[in-house]
Amino acid sequence: MEDMKQIYIRIISLLILAGAVALGWFVLAQPEAKPFSLGLDLSGGTHLEYEAQLEGIPAEDHRSSMVALRDVIERRVNLFGVAEPNVQTETARLGQEERVFRLIVELPGVTDVEEAVAMIGETPLLEFKAQNPELSEEEFQTALNQQTQALLLDNIKASNPELADSIVSQQDEAVSEPFISTPLTGAYLDGAQMQLTQPTPGQMAGQPYIVLNFDREGGKLFEEITAANVGKIIAIYLDGAPISTPVVQQKITGGEATITGSFTLDEARQLEGRLNAGALPVPIELVATQSIGPSLGAESVEAGIYAGIIGFIIVAAFLILYYRIPGIIAVVALVVYTVVMLSLFKFIPVTLTAAGIAGFVISLGMAVDANILIFERAKEELAKGATIYDAMRIGFSRAWLSIRDGNISSIMSAAIIFMLSSSLIKGFALTFGIGVIVSMVTAITMTRWFLLSIAGKKSPQWLRTLFTSGLNK
Amino acid sequence: MSIIKNKFIFLTIAALLVVASIVIVAVKGLNIGIEFTGGSVVEVSYDERPDTETINQALASYDFRPSVQAFGEEGYIIRTRELSEADRGVLLAALNIDEQAPQVERLNTVGPSIGKEVRSKAFLAIALVVVAIILYIAFVFRKVSPGIEEDAEKIPSSWKYGFIAILALLHDIAIPIGVFALFQIEISSLFVVGLLSILGLSVNDTIVVFDRIRENLTTNKEEKTKESFAATVGRALRQTMARSINTSLTLLIVLGALLAVGPVAIQELALVLLIGTFVGTYSSIFIASPLLVLWNKGEKA
Repeated sequence: MEDMKQIYIRIISLLILAGAVALGWFVLAQPEAKPFSLGLDLSGGTHLEYEAQLEGIPAEDHRSSMVALRDVIERRVNLFGVAEPNVQTETARLGQEERVFRLIVELPGVTDVEEAVAMIGETPLLEFKAQNPELSEEEFQTALNQQTQALLLDNIKASNPELADSIVSQQDEAVSEPFISTPLTGAYLDGAQMQLTQPTPGQMAGQPYIVLNFDREGGKLFEEITAANVGKIIAIYLDGAPISTPVVQQKITGGEATITGSFTLDEARQLEGRLNAGALPVPIELVATQSIGPSLGAESVEAGIYAGIIGFIIVAAFLILYYRIPGIIAVVALVVYTVVMLSLFKFIPVTLTAAGIAGFVISLGMAVDANILIFERAKEELAKGATIYDAMRIGFSRAWLSIRDGNISSIMSAAIIFMLSSSLIKGFALTFGIGVIVSMVTAITMTRWFLLSIAGKKSPQWLRTLFTSGLNK
Repeated sequence: MSIIKNKFIFLTIAALLVVASIVIVAVKGLNIGIEFTGGSVVEVSYDERPDTETINQALASYDFRPSVQAFGEEGYIIRTRELSEADRGVLLAALNIDEQAPQVERLNTVGPSIGKEVRSKAFLAIALVVVAIILYIAFVFRKVSPGIEEDAEKIPSSWKYGFIAILALLHDIAIPIGVFALFQIEISSLFVVGLLSILGLSVNDTIVVFDRIRENLTTNKEEKTKESFAATVGRALRQTMARSINTSLTLLIVLGALLAVGPVAIQELALVLLIGTFVGTYSSIFIASPLLVLWNKGEKA
């Protein structure tokens, strides 16, 4: 009966080995088929972090605004032809109440921060604002005037800073905002066309204006907003400044709005192009940038692989010299473990960063530890005179509790770190957590089956020597 | 047994090292990277590297508050205040020395709000992990069997295992921080990654020893062997010693290889882990177990 069991174990072990070799061959020996996804710190590229300014937008719309923002930027980045860009949103909590919404843009291969920032900065911010209902008509006029003056001053500042300094600002009192945000933003924009007005007599050509086409939802929103604001002003804000402030005559259906600013033909054409590439629903501010040159990344990968191979060879030599036959099994189990982990990294896929590789190395350490724990316990049993087969079996079951407790506490730590951390540390927690889970599974299954399949029922002295450690006894 | 007998020697050494680390941090301070404080860091490389003085002079007329540090064979790392888009252009232009434009290897800018957040998240993560470990160990060791001796209070309650594991952990974290303060090595996010790994490794080490103590207590009970708690702990230490040393040794080999020939970007990380693995093993053997015996004795008296 026991003999039959061992035959099964041997068959399973052989199948595992064959499976590992096949996995290794298909996944790792053919790098072209599906390359590892490398983090920016290893592949080179630019990482930009923007903070979205959601003031004035109701909290329940924050999430959808961020999704719209991400989609617009993603479209923008794709237009630029960056290979495999990564655009994601992130929510961070500062203190109790304050929540910060961030947009993270990762551009592999783009190592010029200026270029990347400029490219995203081109995306226009389009907002539709309605008259602030808290202001009386008179107050609204004052606020509007003040806003106009402030904008004028800004314009002068941009072109002639000295002149601007000489103008004393009259705005000492707090200014109320003449307009408030509406749900209608660039997120609902389908497209834009530049058109020309009919030239009036005496004019060479018509004035350029821009027709905005909303998508269905945007059209509905526009209809509601215009219906609610008949006789009032709807301000169209471009990049944070009002460019057109038409008075609503009647409810507008059909999902079309026009911007009649005082642009030149060139400006209008440029704006048309920018709007067609997508318009931002909320303003964003650049808060962090990171760029890694391609050579630095490549060096890191090469040096990492080199260090890994050297480390592995020394560890393998140590395990085999010290633990003899179990040592060989441990090395085989480690190779299989590494193959499984690398395959998981490819297929999940896990983006590998320097920190992620560190997590993998540590989990490798835990995997070795599991083997060492089993061997040491088995050795004790051998010393007590058990047969090799029994020693391996009991050694495993004794070591299991330690392996389980140690690994569960590691998995718990990894989970906490993953939930709490910034993206860099997340990468570490992910590979570490996956690594520990996989190492626990491989220790329970592979190392045990391999050991049991090799250990025979008879245990002559020479074989016992090969199963005990190199030092003492 | 000798470890338990000489526990005061080992505990004193450990306490001195921790105190020394705290003093060094208090006196020299930590060299905290821009990820936590906000600011910019630029890494450039030249075909023919000008000397540091030249770079300093080239930047002297701007208000970047630069600190210039030679890096590798041909590069410089320049840390500055937080740079705006325009500043970046000005800085890079200023670094064109003798018409030699440097290669920009890395250019990071972190706003102060992000820095603050990264900092508080790092603390929160470490604190939560510590709490979770105490709870977990207390839970796992809740059924430690009392020995054959009637006085069951001789066996520490499971909470003590948890708290002592954490004391050992604090020791393991304090020493790498002290070393980094001593040599003024920059503290980056990767350093925090390193500390978190040490937490994981060290608690694993400590659990293995505690586990053996638990098992010995159980077998003592089953076989009705009389043995003092100190002797049981001493035996567990002897039994796990080979495993502790061998496991650490394999990790030290891998980390040593990473430190010696691995990527420059993670050398600091390899260093933290190397120190942490070493002190983590030390603390499991020479601190955690003796403390367990000591605390237990104190309770009895």
